[in-house]
Amino acid sequence: MSEATGTIYTETVVYSATEAFAADVPYQTAIVALDSGGRVTGRIISEHGERVRIDDRVSRMEVRDGVPFFRKIP
Amino acid sequence: MRPVAVVGIGKTPFGAFPDRDLRSLAVEAGEKCLNNGHTAPSQVDAFFLGNFAGPSFAGQNHLAPYISNALGIHGVPATRVEAACASSGSAFFHAYNGVASGVYDTVLVVGVEKMTCQPTPKVTEILAGAGDCAGEIKAGSTFASLFAMIARRHMHQFGTTREHLAAVAVKNHANGALNPDAQMRKVITMEQAMAGKPIADPLNLYDCSLISDGAAAVLLAPAERAGEFTDKPVRVLGIAQASDFLALDQKPDITTFPAVRRASDKAYNMAGVGPADIQLAELHDCFTIAEIIAIEDLGFAARGEGGPFTLAGHTARTGDKPINTSGGLKSKGHPVGATGVAQICDLVLQMRCEAGARQVPRHSLGLAQNLGGTGATCVVTILGTV
Repeated sequence: MSEATGTIYTETVVYSATEAFAADVPYQTAIVALDSGGRVTGRIISEHGERVRIDDRVSRMEVRDGVPFFRKIP
Repeated sequence: MRPVAVVGIGKTPFGAFPDRDLRSLAVEAGEKCLNNGHTAPSQVDAFFLGNFAGPSFAGQNHLAPYISNALGIHGVPATRVEAACASSGSAFFHAYNGVASGVYDTVLVVGVEKMTCQPTPKVTEILAGAGDCAGEIKAGSTFASLFAMIARRHMHQFGTTREHLAAVAVKNHANGALNPDAQMRKVITMEQAMAGKPIADPLNLYDCSLISDGAAAVLLAPAERAGEFTDKPVRVLGIAQASDFLALDQKPDITTFPAVRRASDKAYNMAGVGPADIQLAELHDCFTIAEIIAIEDLGFAARGEGGPFTLAGHTARTGDKPINTSGGLKSKGHPVGATGVAQICDLVLQMRCEAGARQVPRHSLGLAQNLGGTGATCVVTILGTV
């Protein structure tokens, strides 16, 4: 079981952010239920406007400053 | 433990007041409350202040003696309580314990927040400090987005709809329009509430409470002495505070707030009443979904039924379970640290038959629910005139 894959437990698209994230708006965050157990809050990579929904499968592509970034597994 | 009564209340209007600072708001509410309870500052045995982020918003720390001495209350213990949006609910809980245990006789509790001195992105950042900064906040979460994720999951599990969320906003605005001290005295339509500017999907502007300045105060005394202060005392019949995980991703189920369930179970037991007995309530509608979940966690409706219960009109001012007749955080305003005590003030107004155009006919047993963060703190208080 991998820490790098999981299932979307819940998600949102943020339109109104703090100063630190203002340049990223709109961006998607999600709580991911990891296959290895436990949940983590991370960002969804959507270079082409992809969005994830509850129960979608995702894979962790990278960790930036401690924050996991996930992408939908097609 | 001895019975305790609320013997005085005082509030400032809620709104954006560029000419008022934190201290002047707190002092106004405190003075109104002492006058209302016919009490001199020198008679106060202890002072509790509920405030979330005065140091961040206004640059001032050591706030409890800063406020108490400005009120003319000198020498007695002055303590600030911080529990995010439940700061003054928690201050009230600790003040209650002080009087119930016999340590103090007369205790003043003030809640205050001065928020509009900062631009919205900065306010969003300060509020985010009530979440887990090393995890969810670092990932870009705001408080609106955390409650948006709660709403999304609630919709998924129970079929809650955008219309259910909007019904909360429409109802609370209709109530707030009748409250002269409310920040946004504006009736809104279902269409408006459905089509607000997106903040964090599925929440829009009309799902979010306001950024506000304001203060509220209550005076507590032993119930047996209440007649010395007021001819309309209101008894604290039940009260409890509970806690839970700070980070949303640590909670096994984000569609319910265990701290609300724990605190309300204890408060109901202490008061010897159940959810069906409660005649009116002030609930913590920081976001519309929070009122829907509170309705379920407090036992007013079954799990997943909070939305339909609202849409059917049960929680309207004219319904059988009026909720947030003050307008709630949504319309009355949400100066974070003032909210818990303001809820108590609004219930007392109803229970004294002093609520004006928003007065409800059944008002002898009321409940206040004050939530901190995404449910890491909850204080539930049951008040009665019987």
